[in-house]
Amino acid sequence: MIILRHLLAAFAVLIGMASSAFAGVYEDALPKFAADSYAETDAAISAVAGSGHPLSLKVVEAVRDGRLLVSSGQIIIREPSGNLISAVTGQAFGPTPSGLKPVRINNRVRRAIEAALGSLTLLSSDPAARLQAARAVFRSRDETALPNLETAITQETDANVKGALQIARAAVLLGASGTSTADRLKAVEALQARGDQDALALLSTLPVGVQPEVADAAGKAVESIRSRLAFWNALQNVWYGISLGSVLLLAAIGLAITFGTMGVINMAHGEMVMLGAYTTFVVQEAIRTYAPELFGISLFLSLPLAFVVAGAVGILIERTVIRFLYGRPLETLLATWGLSLILQQTVRTIFGPTNREVGTPAWMSGALEIGGLSLTYNRIAIVIFAFAAFATLLLVMRYTSLGLYMRAVTQNRRMAGSMGIRTNRIDALAFGLGSGVAGIAGVALSQIDNVSPNLGQSYIIDSFMVVVFGGVGNLWGTLVGAMTLGIANKFLEPYAGAVLGKIVLLVAIILFIQRRPRGLFALRGRAVEA
Amino acid sequence: MSVWNLTRRNMLALAAAALVSGGAVGSATAQETIKVGVLHSLSGTMAISETTLKDVMLMLIEEQNRKGGLLGKKLEAVVVDPASNWPLFAEKARELISNEKVAAVFGCWTSVSRKSVLPVFKELNSILFYPVQYEGEESERNVFYTGAAPNQQAIPAVDYLAKEENVERWVLAGTDYVYPRTTNKILEAYLKSKGVKSEDIMINYTPFGHSDWQTIVADIKKFGSAGKKTAVVSTINGDANVPFYKELANQGVKATDIPVVAFSVGEEELAGIDTKPLVGHLAAWNYFQSIDNADNKAFIEKWKAFTKNDKRVTNDPMEAHVVGFNMWVKAVEKAGTTDPDKVIDAIVGVQVPNLTGGVSEMLPNHHITKPVFIGEIKDDGQFDVVWETEGLVPGDAWSKFLDGSKDLIADWKTLKCGNYNTVTRKCGA
Repeated sequence: MIILRHLLAAFAVLIGMASSAFAGVYEDALPKFAADSYAETDAAISAVAGSGHPLSLKVVEAVRDGRLLVSSGQIIIREPSGNLISAVTGQAFGPTPSGLKPVRINNRVRRAIEAALGSLTLLSSDPAARLQAARAVFRSRDETALPNLETAITQETDANVKGALQIARAAVLLGASGTSTADRLKAVEALQARGDQDALALLSTLPVGVQPEVADAAGKAVESIRSRLAFWNALQNVWYGISLGSVLLLAAIGLAITFGTMGVINMAHGEMVMLGAYTTFVVQEAIRTYAPELFGISLFLSLPLAFVVAGAVGILIERTVIRFLYGRPLETLLATWGLSLILQQTVRTIFGPTNREVGTPAWMSGALEIGGLSLTYNRIAIVIFAFAAFATLLLVMRYTSLGLYMRAVTQNRRMAGSMGIRTNRIDALAFGLGSGVAGIAGVALSQIDNVSPNLGQSYIIDSFMVVVFGGVGNLWGTLVGAMTLGIANKFLEPYAGAVLGKIVLLVAIILFIQRRPRGLFALRGRAVEA
Repeated sequence: MSVWNLTRRNMLALAAAALVSGGAVGSATAQETIKVGVLHSLSGTMAISETTLKDVMLMLIEEQNRKGGLLGKKLEAVVVDPASNWPLFAEKARELISNEKVAAVFGCWTSVSRKSVLPVFKELNSILFYPVQYEGEESERNVFYTGAAPNQQAIPAVDYLAKEENVERWVLAGTDYVYPRTTNKILEAYLKSKGVKSEDIMINYTPFGHSDWQTIVADIKKFGSAGKKTAVVSTINGDANVPFYKELANQGVKATDIPVVAFSVGEEELAGIDTKPLVGHLAAWNYFQSIDNADNKAFIEKWKAFTKNDKRVTNDPMEAHVVGFNMWVKAVEKAGTTDPDKVIDAIVGVQVPNLTGGVSEMLPNHHITKPVFIGEIKDDGQFDVVWETEGLVPGDAWSKFLDGSKDLIADWKTLKCGNYNTVTRKCGA
């Protein structure tokens, strides 16, 4: 039995040698895809990419998309159109064979694909593809791509792509063995000009046996990049702070009305945020089913609905529970806390306890790179949205009759009543407004947090903290409070860690409230009179 | 006054009647059914994970009854809701054992809930089956750990990354509580024993439900751009995962650059995320829904039929309950009684098929043997198994990599001890 196996193995070797004698690198590499081993697939991809065979790009793309199929040793490409072609000849494949299985990929194979596509698409006619290829080569630093890279640089017309190609060339040259001192120095210079985290990594891990001049220049370059990055880092922290602050602001402005101006300790505020998030989920589900082409604007469609749903629930709560409890803060606290549990469990019963998927529209994915800053689009959108919501609310309070009545009732309820304002109705509307604003905050927060029945709980403490810190009854105070807390948190986090940072902040607020019990901006209101 | 007396007398009489009839009914049903306690949170923060396990138990019990029950009696599920409230877990456990007289309890998710019910199970001498991966460093006579110990999940995952992805720099990121802290302590000791330097290990803890990951993901990116291959080992719990993965995707951290291997993210957790940007990130478990064999297929079919929902997914702790429940059934049949002492003695050595094609065995340390799989996230929210251990891995109650526990072993069969010190040859030292 063992002898037989040896014989078979010997035969296999013989056949392999025979075929390699007649066929090229490409044909030799293909059978490795059938081995169902990541190491073999990895090797096959590098070989195919380096073979120069006209089908090689098709094969690599097919592996990436799971369209390279194997059936009893035959390698078949399924074209994006669905047609099957043979990977060996490129001819249409006859009847569909049984037991077609795609070649499996893992991270190692994905990296090989990325590198292979990089060197294969450097000369593509599409500038976007070339740019991506240049970045892929920069990451893989594959020496075999160098000739292609040189050709691409001389042919390139797009300045942006050319820059990326030159950086990629510098990265390859710096690491390649046998690069001259002059070339290496130029590479160091190019990388220093790029000056980002990746360049820093390349410059600080030079290959062994590098020329001393180069090591010297690289050392200096590392120093200059470090100081540059430290500056951008501080800016980045400010941005993180603003973005956290705008999340806090969104969560808190609704509460600034219900708690801030009306004085209702509303523990169910977080659940209004949650209702807004679930409204977004329902809207998106409806859009997915009935009008998928509207998905890009699903969030805009959700905004008015979330406002109405959360606002309506808010008015219902005010009319049925809270209005009987004005002036009794402890009872209000307990009643609204109970309401928050009821709302949570209701949502859990209707939608189930697991997270619901709220999709991110394409225009909110990815990041914008400015200098050393990386601003993610979803955070930018949330910052803009938070400020817009704040401005709108400010205008409503300042320039509409509802705003005027609300301020009047807050400042002096009896006088406002004597002037003919129906204070009861204003109470309900104000509570509805605060809840509605919490609802639209839920639309925004569904983009960065879980949409689960517990969504609101994680924001309630932070919201109260912001409102109390900023000064009860003042919208500007809420804005300044949210931004201060956000930025302070983000500057503490790198040094103290997320857990300790939060504790430090809480202690600071407690001390601050001791000194100024009414927060940053104190205002007269019903809460103050009480 | 007389009215009051009358009423009180009436009430007393009523109560007495109720007591008698209740007692009669109770004793009648006790003869006909064997009660099984289900102790999983159906409300509060942990409901997201535990509700599913309650449903699995109901399905298993229904199925067993269709097969004719156990010892000729029907099984009856007693479901209570400890509401994600740790002290309430202990109260509800006491209620199940003392009032309902259940034969065994299947329940708990977090380590803190397990620690909270431990004294109750010891005092009242009952049995708990605990189905979730945990930090180890424990072995109790009354508890059977059907989830993974660190050597059945964390250590193989790190081995995979080091071998297959050539990872040299490690970020150990976790939520700030006992499971991540202990697991990371074990992993840190393990990595150092493999020659990883301290400056190549970054440890980061975040509060429960942490939702602002901007700084931490940026730090991970920075840590990962030092020229050495970097990976994140995540013990981030439940709800905090979704924002974490969203931030990774937004900041462009791809699995080919910095892979994240998670121990608490399964099919159920991924159901709430768009997984396209996450393709290639990893999870280590002892079961994946995508594992292709007849037993698993049948189980998934049954589960979808039972929940009347074609989109429901299965996950690792569910399989742990399946294995645990079948082991308990076999042990009761072997012992011929549901008496806890006899079942505890009978269950060690019991073997039942798991859903991944192997046969799991209850070990003398009350842990079980399990296969370990590494899966990569696919764009449909399922996992593609890229690596698995050869054969099954026996669970270690005490880690070999921690100073405090490397000499300890647990053996409830011959030594009758959960923390026997092999150096001093004493129990409990």
